[in-house]
Amino acid sequence: MSGSDQGKGSDVLDALDRARFEQLVLPHLDAAFNLARWLLKSRADCEDVAQEAMLRAYRFFRGFHGGDARAWLLQIVRNTCYTWLEKNRPVELMTEFDEELHPQPSTSPEALAIAGDNRERLTRALETLPPRFREVLVLRELEGCSYKEIASITAIPIGTVMSSLARARQRLQSALTHSPQEASREL
Amino acid sequence: MSCDFTRTALHGYLDGELDATGAAEFERHLESCRECTTALGAEESLRSSLQRSVLYENAPVGLRKRIRAGLDAATASPAAVRIPAWRWIAVAASILLVASVSWFAWLRPLRDSASTTPFTAAEIIDAHVRSLQPGHLTDVASTDNHTVKPWFNGKLAFVPPVKDFADEGFSLVGGRLDVLGGQNVAALVYSRRKHFINVFVLPTREPDTPIHPPGLRQGYQWRHWRRQGMEYCAVSDVSDSDLFELAQLLYQ
Repeated sequence: MSGSDQGKGSDVLDALDRARFEQLVLPHLDAAFNLARWLLKSRADCEDVAQEAMLRAYRFFRGFHGGDARAWLLQIVRNTCYTWLEKNRPVELMTEFDEELHPQPSTSPEALAIAGDNRERLTRALETLPPRFREVLVLRELEGCSYKEIASITAIPIGTVMSSLARARQRLQSALTHSPQEASREL
Repeated sequence: MSCDFTRTALHGYLDGELDATGAAEFERHLESCRECTTALGAEESLRSSLQRSVLYENAPVGLRKRIRAGLDAATASPAAVRIPAWRWIAVAASILLVASVSWFAWLRPLRDSASTTPFTAAEIIDAHVRSLQPGHLTDVASTDNHTVKPWFNGKLAFVPPVKDFADEGFSLVGGRLDVLGGQNVAALVYSRRKHFINVFVLPTREPDTPIHPPGLRQGYQWRHWRRQGMEYCAVSDVSDSDLFELAQLLYQ
């Protein structure tokens, strides 16, 4: 599946392609929208980007040779989102990989339960994470993707999915239990 | 954080991604490591917060429409090119052929696999997709089978068997009335990770059958069977192995 995104995009698609696309890919529009929404953090922008990604997927559709249509589509959505971020919010992509997180004691389940009970707070905490951490969490916890699917969507080796998730969860925990001021200073 | 497991295997364990040996090894480790026990509790609490908060955002209806329009525009339409009249006839004939082939392909499999199923694959998928629209999933939302089962009383001429399989990974979410093939049916809703499974139940006079092989349409799967005077059809976008597992639980 890797590289299929770069497959031929110049074919003229006909009514049969259109029907197959409708059956195989369009049912995953919600997944596409949800991923774009969390990567871009803005509903208005993510509608445009999700639409662009969907039409892009259609242009590349002859390069899709069966298999997991959701993962194939999400890979294209992710690439489209990153291209958009590079163009419109390059700073956001540069705040990554700044640190190996300082070891810290685990937060108590009780403290987390209280902090996590607030949807607004949870949303804000998730949005403060760098995109590469946010995406693995969204794919795993909201989309229910397996490690294998996450690896193919995000183009990270399958062996590092587990450690990416570990770091992402640790970031989310500390963003949740720190006050908003502290959380923004950390970034 | 001194324990290396906290940073790695714990997450594979939490996500069900360790192999049997790895999982057993981690469970042995858990018995003696307080740090991992606390960390696992914290991760589980975080996960249930994420899932309770319903952070998933579905695509707005307008977007779906715009995308469909964009797809149409990107599809070669015969009208865009000047085509001699005889080609039109050929195009019309092939559209008719495709339409009739897909019509039969659409209707047949369920008829074949269950001989007298009172509903078609299209109806099942439609009902499932409709139920996923906001606010349509359940009429009675409860994880308690003692709440869901009595709710159907007086609404249907039969009593669907309602069981929760939360321990097996299929939590009962609630129930709903639906209509399939012109008949009132009970829909039981289960969740598997973030995915929903609809189980449609209606009475039948036909003899029991085993669980039929899976059907697949539009990325959705279904399993159909009859048992003790009831007709069952479970449908979802989860993998067929998950769906079959639930079907077996219900079949018992």
